[in-house]
Amino acid sequence: MSLLNLQLKVWRQNQGQPGHFQDIQALEIPDHASFLEMMDIVNERLIQDGGDPVAFDHDCREGICGMCSMTINGIAHGPEKATTTCQLHMRKFRDGDTIWVEPFRAKAFPVVKDLMVNRSAFDRIQQAGGFVTVRTGAAPDANSILVGKEVADAAMDAAACIGCGACVASCKNASAMLFVSAKAGQLNSLPQGQPEKNRRTLGMVRQMDKEGFGNCTNQYECEAACPKEISVRWITKLNRDYALASAKEAFVGVKEHAEGGD
Amino acid sequence: MSLDSKIPSGPMALRWSKHKQDSKLINPKNKRKYTVIVVGSGLAGSSAAATLSELGYKVKCFCFQDSPRRAHSIAAQGGINAAKNYQNDGDSVHRLFYDTVKGGDFRARESNVHRLAEESVNIIDQCAAQGVPFAREYGGGLANRSFGGAQVSRTFYARGQTGQQLLLGAYSALNKEVARGGVEMHTRSEMLEVVVVDGHAKGIITRNLMTGKIEAHAADTVLLCTGGYGNVFYLSTNAMGCNVTATWRAHRKGAYFANPCYTQIHPTCIPVSGDYQSKLTLMSESLRNDGRIWVPKNKADIGKPAAQIPESDRDYFLERKYPSFGNLAPRDISSRAAKDACDAGLGVGPGGRGVYLDFAEAIGQFGQKTIAERYGNLFDMYEKITGESGYKQPMRIYPAVHYTMGGLWVDYNLMSSLPGLHVLGEANFSDHGANRLGASALMQGLADGYFVIPTTIAPYLVTQTPGSVTTSHPEFTKALEDAQGRTNKFLNVKGKRSVDSFHRELGLLVWDKCGMARDKAGLTEALKRIPELREEFWSNVKIPGSGAAANPELEKAGRVADFMEFAELLCHDALDREESCGGHFRTEHQYDDGEAKRDDENYCYAAAWEHTGDLSKPKLNKEQLTFEEVHLSVRSYK
Ligand SMILES: Cc1cc2nc3c(=O)[nH]c(=O)nc-3n(C[C@H](O)[C@H](O)[C@H](O)COP(=O)(O)OP(=O)(O)OC[C@H]3O[C@@H](n4cnc5c(N)ncnc54)[C@H](O)[C@@H]3O)c2cc1C
Ligand code: SF4
Ligand code: FES
Repeated sequence: MSLLNLQLKVWRQNQGQPGHFQDIQALEIPDHASFLEMMDIVNERLIQDGGDPVAFDHDCREGICGMCSMTINGIAHGPEKATTTCQLHMRKFRDGDTIWVEPFRAKAFPVVKDLMVNRSAFDRIQQAGGFVTVRTGAAPDANSILVGKEVADAAMDAAACIGCGACVASCKNASAMLFVSAKAGQLNSLPQGQPEKNRRTLGMVRQMDKEGFGNCTNQYECEAACPKEISVRWITKLNRDYALASAKEAFVGVKEHAEGGD
Repeated sequence: MSLDSKIPSGPMALRWSKHKQDSKLINPKNKRKYTVIVVGSGLAGSSAAATLSELGYKVKCFCFQDSPRRAHSIAAQGGINAAKNYQNDGDSVHRLFYDTVKGGDFRARESNVHRLAEESVNIIDQCAAQGVPFAREYGGGLANRSFGGAQVSRTFYARGQTGQQLLLGAYSALNKEVARGGVEMHTRSEMLEVVVVDGHAKGIITRNLMTGKIEAHAADTVLLCTGGYGNVFYLSTNAMGCNVTATWRAHRKGAYFANPCYTQIHPTCIPVSGDYQSKLTLMSESLRNDGRIWVPKNKADIGKPAAQIPESDRDYFLERKYPSFGNLAPRDISSRAAKDACDAGLGVGPGGRGVYLDFAEAIGQFGQKTIAERYGNLFDMYEKITGESGYKQPMRIYPAVHYTMGGLWVDYNLMSSLPGLHVLGEANFSDHGANRLGASALMQGLADGYFVIPTTIAPYLVTQTPGSVTTSHPEFTKALEDAQGRTNKFLNVKGKRSVDSFHRELGLLVWDKCGMARDKAGLTEALKRIPELREEFWSNVKIPGSGAAANPELEKAGRVADFMEFAELLCHDALDREESCGGHFRTEHQYDDGEAKRDDENYCYAAAWEHTGDLSKPKLNKEQLTFEEVHLSVRSYK
């Protein structure tokens, strides 16, 4: 194990106020530590010295909850491919490096404090249709719905999205298309998701627009930043599903469901 | 107070159906008048909130993360059990029930376990209908794998991320209800206190983690689905935010805490690499399907590359000790065997705290491609963390704290000893006894939320006038003041040490004295040191910033303060239980071959601890356990 001396430039901001970069020395950081453990060490020292520790989101620290969210040297989740911030390890950096650390920036993700942002827009998009309407207890035997292995595997590829928002942060338009396409795509490609496919697609896409995410102009920075390697092919599928659903809506109208709870 | 577990009478296999039939119903018009608070949005919380809302109750759901989808259930990897018998290998509800009771080392409540096994099959149906992308066979049907403690293949899975997929399913059901207006979701809200009015839980106090605002919420009943307390050990496989606060605060207000000493140490985790370490990473137990666990037979071989150690100089200790279960022996047994090997000086890697998990044979047999298909994400994760490839050399693993079987005591209806307070999922104590088998926590969380509470909540609610208590009640005013007072108290200590430094010290102490092996002397010492550390915490902790904004240090302080109190109860319970069972191993109580020695004559009970106001003198209440179907016997996996 070796120790690294690093120069950090960390974004500091309080809610609703302008932010700025702060220079912080991170000395003698073990290269086995994760990026967040490096931040823990930095915070511990800031606290000792009477400073204000850097606020950041994190929870599972194993790349699955989607809570951690730092833009490192201009790249959402940092330089390593298919890796969340929490799974990035310091052995990927060199002694003497300067590292820029910023929040996931997007109009639809307002800063809460320092590196923490509010991603509740993602929840609202899923509330607008990201589900199959099935009541608890009303399901048929699981093996009565057969799903071919290829279809199931593809749905699983989409379902691997952890809702982190790196796709948005990496996009110059702050578009959420990769996320939305993965979420809609999982259900739209399964037999269980067919009955509500059009309604789901229209609902989610419109909510995405309402939340202030930008348009997709096929830059594909999202795919490169995505820690779960969600493919931009899902965007193509969403565009197709959306075109079909809008056409259908224009001609026949999408039927509103009755209230689910009565 | 006496403990009435409210177990229905009659033959075991019919109890749950009979109970469902006998339970009172509330008519749909009236359901709307009842408000239910659900704290937690993991498998237990999301499934309960969604289902109760479908039934017509008004639901308010809370979690401390920024989205319900991030609850710690998301991290479960391996799978979920169900007695579907899709493999036609002889599985049945009875066999799952039997395996779970035996796996729990005869310290679970039989009737609850039977209900769990019955509901297991419905869970899979429900999740499949929601679009959970379970692994499938070419014919389109669902695939299964094997897990520890079972000889049938009954575990359903979704690549290495079963927890995420099941939670996304429950979260989608929750979203459906949020959209319909049945659930009001409060994210980034931490519960600080239960509010008790005339002896009943009628609400909670929360802190908004973005603004710092402390708020009161009233309801007709409160459900705690707040997960386990593994982070009392500081290092564990749990997410950083997992805490005991919700259950501990409820305990202080009258809910009994049962069997806190039953903690699970998972055998396949990545070993500790340094003192900066913030958490340990679990690798799914499913790896043990194909990986073989060994250490060198000779100390002289320890520093050598594994490939240079010939077959004959390797000790495949699980296969040797437990020939019929081999590498799939239950967790407590496998963990202890690894510890024994390391204690004997045969451990590998830094500090000698590791054993090999070797895939060479499986790769030889099936090819790297197949192994990568089965476990690719786990191999990737291992490589990211350690910088080594599990395809090229054996992985190194060591046991780590993973799950907590103990929790708030609940009756058959999932109600705690504090009337009106229900407890679901890992937060309660009931179904896993002294040891949980793999793939059964997800099953329990979803059974509790989707299928049990929707039935068992009604018998309580019918006794309550809906909306009878509001936040203008003086108890709410008082609870708000108390919570604000506690926040100010934290900020005013202005000491010298960070919250983390205290948490780490507490964790090391508890791991050392009350971890994989426990004895009277160590526990007695821990009971002396914990109060001292707690005192130092309250006089020397340093929390920067204010209470009126986002302040992660303040959040951690609240959680660590509760761990400091809870740790004492954990050690009391471990000291009281003069036997070894499941995850609780008292070195004084073992057979000559080192196996755990249970004492059914004196300890066949669930220990339900009552808060007396004096942390050094908790009061023990016992729920005697009876075994009608699965007869008490020595648990053998040989
Ligand atoms: C790494 C790992 C792998 C696992 N793999 C498996 C597996 O393969 N199979 C299996 O069966 N089990 C597995 N388990 C165990 C299983 O995941 C958990 O026991 C289970 O998911 C717990 O679910 P829960 O709903 O009870 O609680 P959690 O999912 O922990 O949810 C707790 C909820 O409560 C909320 N909360 C907690 N405290 C507060 C508070 N004070 N205020 C407000 N909200 C609060 C949180 O925000 C969260 O929403 C695994 C566990 C780990 C750690
Ligand atoms: S698509 Fe990828 S980057 Fe976007 S939210 Fe999902 S996991 Fe994160
Ligand atoms: S902290 Fe959970 S994904 Fe990084």
